[in-house]
Amino acid sequence: MANRWTNDLSHADVTPEAAYLNRRKLIAGVAALGLIGSRTAVAQEQLEPNPWEDITQYNNFYEFGTRKDDPVRYAGAMTTSPWSIKIDGLVEKPGDYAIEDILSQMTIEERIYRFRCVEAWSMVIPWNGFELADLLELVGVKPEARYVAFETLLRPDEMPGVRYPVLDWPYVEGLRLDEAAHPLTMMATGIYGRDIPNQNGAPIRLVVPWKYGFKSIKSIVRITLTDDEPPTSWNRSAPREYGFYSNVNPEVDHPRWSQASERLIGGGLFARRQPTLMFNGYEDEVAALYAGMDLSKFY
Amino acid sequence: MLVQRINEAARRVPEWLVYAACLTPIPVLLYAAMNGGLGRDPVKALEHQLGEFALQLLIVGLCMSPLRRFVGLNLIKFRRAIGVLAFVYVALHLAVWTFLDVQTLDRVWADIIKRPYITIGMAGFVLMLPLAITSNNWSVRKLGPAWRRLHRLTYAVALLGALHYVWLAKGFQLEPLVYLTIVSVLIGVRAIHRPSRIAA
Repeated sequence: MANRWTNDLSHADVTPEAAYLNRRKLIAGVAALGLIGSRTAVAQEQLEPNPWEDITQYNNFYEFGTRKDDPVRYAGAMTTSPWSIKIDGLVEKPGDYAIEDILSQMTIEERIYRFRCVEAWSMVIPWNGFELADLLELVGVKPEARYVAFETLLRPDEMPGVRYPVLDWPYVEGLRLDEAAHPLTMMATGIYGRDIPNQNGAPIRLVVPWKYGFKSIKSIVRITLTDDEPPTSWNRSAPREYGFYSNVNPEVDHPRWSQASERLIGGGLFARRQPTLMFNGYEDEVAALYAGMDLSKFY
Repeated sequence: MLVQRINEAARRVPEWLVYAACLTPIPVLLYAAMNGGLGRDPVKALEHQLGEFALQLLIVGLCMSPLRRFVGLNLIKFRRAIGVLAFVYVALHLAVWTFLDVQTLDRVWADIIKRPYITIGMAGFVLMLPLAITSNNWSVRKLGPAWRRLHRLTYAVALLGALHYVWLAKGFQLEPLVYLTIVSVLIGVRAIHRPSRIAA
């Protein structure tokens, strides 16, 4: 079932690629017509998606190198068709699912989300995709499943970055089942209505907007339902710095830098830092998932 | 032969030319940062470039005496310029971090105290201050043998700079470790005993 979550922003807020100039007028006009909802709109009306160039030329995808422009340079070599996802573990219908077969049963919608990297920068990205919950429903989750594990493609001859042991390849991530089934959690296949570029995790990636960006694993080839908390790459690499949860939290610093504020990419040399929001601004939607948990312990 | 020729050529190169060449990247970087030439996040790119260039200059400075001792290449006359330029780049790196990246002085102070990689970077900068101040002929004369001892702080500065870079990297990254290795080797060779001279 698509459209469980209503965007705070309408289509009119997405920058038509050639027409940034009219955006302000457009927003004002649409708002005046009452098309932009009133709920929580005060803070989020300011949310303007970053231009395509920011989103697609400034990436962390360490399989292609650790510099921000390595992915846009080298990810072109990644073969994304044919593509299938192995879905296994505690599911009713395990198997290798061709991406076309998945997509033919999903409703693609647009979600304009904040994206907050653990490195304390952020962007606003208009994703296209479907809710992970719908995919889980399609494959049937067994009652004993409690976690979802994800794995990124590992293809050394197409990925220059994996020659170095920056991380223990392949890249793996995981969510608790209730996080995975949350209506905000999506599988993205596009940006700005175009196919998602390789450097952003083509052909299909996870997007969990209230968690640091590295949780939103790219170019997924395997999804496994488990009863135990699955290992995650950054946690294995530096457990003191990256927890399993990795929820955006301005009050819990990374040991090496503050998480209280962030630099919004695209502001140029003299842009002011912005305060980081609890759960990246999605507190109303997701705080209940962590009720009673000590978030400085389960960081 | 080649070494001789380089030594002779170096004698004809004026010091100001080294300053001019090594300061040129500053306006180039600033122009690029303001005009999209440094990518989508010019603040980080500028910060990183200035820091990396400073570390490279420190390494060049540390090469001078081993080059003379082991290869016979005499570029010592440029060493002061290289050291002063390294200080200029470290100072600019610190300024970009302070004013463009972190932006408020209370956060700068909090980072210096709380974040070990920033603490050691800052320590490196502080240790460079007496070196920069005494990089003139008057100080060399005035301090005498103490000047040489004081300027051995360069070893500590280079080590702190390289550690600062290693420490801030996410995951296991090669480049900062290469810098740390080079600095360690350059300091290490200084411990090699000079061949004992034949007693006169």
